[in-house]
Amino acid sequence: MVKHIIPNSLSEALDYMSKDEYKIVSGGTDLMVQKRAWAETPPKFDQNTIYIFNLMDLKYIKKENNKIIIGANYPVEKIKDFKSTPILLKKAIEIMASPALRNLATIAGNIGNASPAGDTLPILYVHDALVKIVSKNNSRIVPINEVILSVRKTCINKDEMIKEIIIPILEFTKTSFVKVGGRKADAISKTSFTGAVNVKDGIVKDIRIAFGAVNVTVVRKKEIENKYKGLSVLELQSRINEILNDYEPFIKPITDQRSNKDYRKQVSLNLLKEFINNL
Amino acid sequence: MMKIKFELNNKEYVFNEDPSKRLLDILRNNFSLTGIKEGCGEGECGACAVLINGELINSCLVPLANVHNKKIMTIEGLSETKRGKLIKDSFSKAGAVQCGFCTPGMMMATEALLNKTAHPTVDEIKIGLSGNLCRCTGYNMIIEAVLLASKEGEGLW
Ligand SMILES: Cc1cc2nc3c(=O)[nH]c(=O)nc-3n(C[C@H](O)[C@H](O)[C@H](O)COP(=O)(O)OP(=O)(O)OC[C@H]3O[C@@H](n4cnc5c(N)ncnc54)[C@H](O)[C@@H]3O)c2cc1C
Ligand code: FES
Ligand code: FES
Repeated sequence: MVKHIIPNSLSEALDYMSKDEYKIVSGGTDLMVQKRAWAETPPKFDQNTIYIFNLMDLKYIKKENNKIIIGANYPVEKIKDFKSTPILLKKAIEIMASPALRNLATIAGNIGNASPAGDTLPILYVHDALVKIVSKNNSRIVPINEVILSVRKTCINKDEMIKEIIIPILEFTKTSFVKVGGRKADAISKTSFTGAVNVKDGIVKDIRIAFGAVNVTVVRKKEIENKYKGLSVLELQSRINEILNDYEPFIKPITDQRSNKDYRKQVSLNLLKEFINNL
Repeated sequence: MMKIKFELNNKEYVFNEDPSKRLLDILRNNFSLTGIKEGCGEGECGACAVLINGELINSCLVPLANVHNKKIMTIEGLSETKRGKLIKDSFSKAGAVQCGFCTPGMMMATEALLNKTAHPTVDEIKIGLSGNLCRCTGYNMIIEAVLLASKEGEGLW
């Protein structure tokens, strides 16, 4: 028989998970749709299931030593309303569907789902966010780009779960998050662009770029960013074609029912160009 | 099967059920609360919206397990309150109801919005109702209805 568990604490949950394999359900906004059966019949959870959305020991957000620390089941609507949440993350959450969805959706679920179109993911990449993953007897902190391996694949083992997400607070003078989708609310990204720079006295001290939904995972290339750090804004702008060429090979979108690949590629590169030209 | 406990429209219930069932189906089938509708069944239309601990949530996305020990309010419960009655009146006065399929969800979204922001701007109303689709009215009358409720309900929220 399939087991359903509503644990009372994180340690109780991890204890169950150390003995048997469980599917974690948090806000359920991905899973309830993926497992959806016909109207009026229960969703098809054909495996043991553990429900963690109401675990109080994961429901928190705090600012500590220049970092934002977000408990795994803290809903994105509240993350958006927290005053120290980085502006880019607020922007990405604001255009995630509607309040009735944002009250359930979690960042840990966005990571766990590991869709290249997950809207909070490029923001996590740009901030070099860390993910704390725990099991009954272990705890490890893994950079976001090592947590997500491919489409729907993460490094999280069967007895582990995400406990919290750690986002360093960084200094940017200009940021941009643009999501291209079908409808304003409730649209899955066709492609998204995230850009952030720190310019001091006309010099580009830091530049970070990420693309969503154009490859199997979010595209962020530190090698390319490093090439252009230390230039003046004008120098950077004069090398725009070189920058576009550097990114071009990594923008490998697919064609699906939502959009075709040439459109996605062109839009992604145009967004990058616009960001650099408007610095 | 598991023992599930919740408060629904101010009454406590304890019962045995499959915790993976959708809250939407439980409310309609076990409790005969048919005000909430299944529009899309995937979180996009808001016809199934309820308040869970005061927050607007699409019940088609909620496994029963996630409302264990929670407080749920449906349109049937809201309609009994002063605020609910006022929202209902505002919707009829503003001509915001045609076929009525979206109306329960729209009213729940209105209550959730006014609870947070008693005097919302038109933009705030658009954000508050952004998850609720209406195929009949073209939305303008619904926005009017929310403005009217906010004005006439001075002091209620
Ligand atoms: C109508 C609608 C609109 C949407 N719009 C957007 C959008 O605009 N942008 C966007 O990015 N997404 C969108 N989504 C997708 C979804 O809401 C997000 O991916 C959300 O962040 C998932 O969070 P959740 O807690 O609901 O996940 P769940 O469905 O509970 O879980 C998702 C996956 O993550 C795993 N998981 C959850 N928590 C943990 C944990 N603590 N540790 C390890 N694994 C875990 C689960 O096992 C599962 O595999 C939308 C979904 C719907 C239904
Ligand atoms: S039926 Fe739940 S949002 Fe459409
Ligand atoms: S009145 Fe018909 S869907 Fe809104």
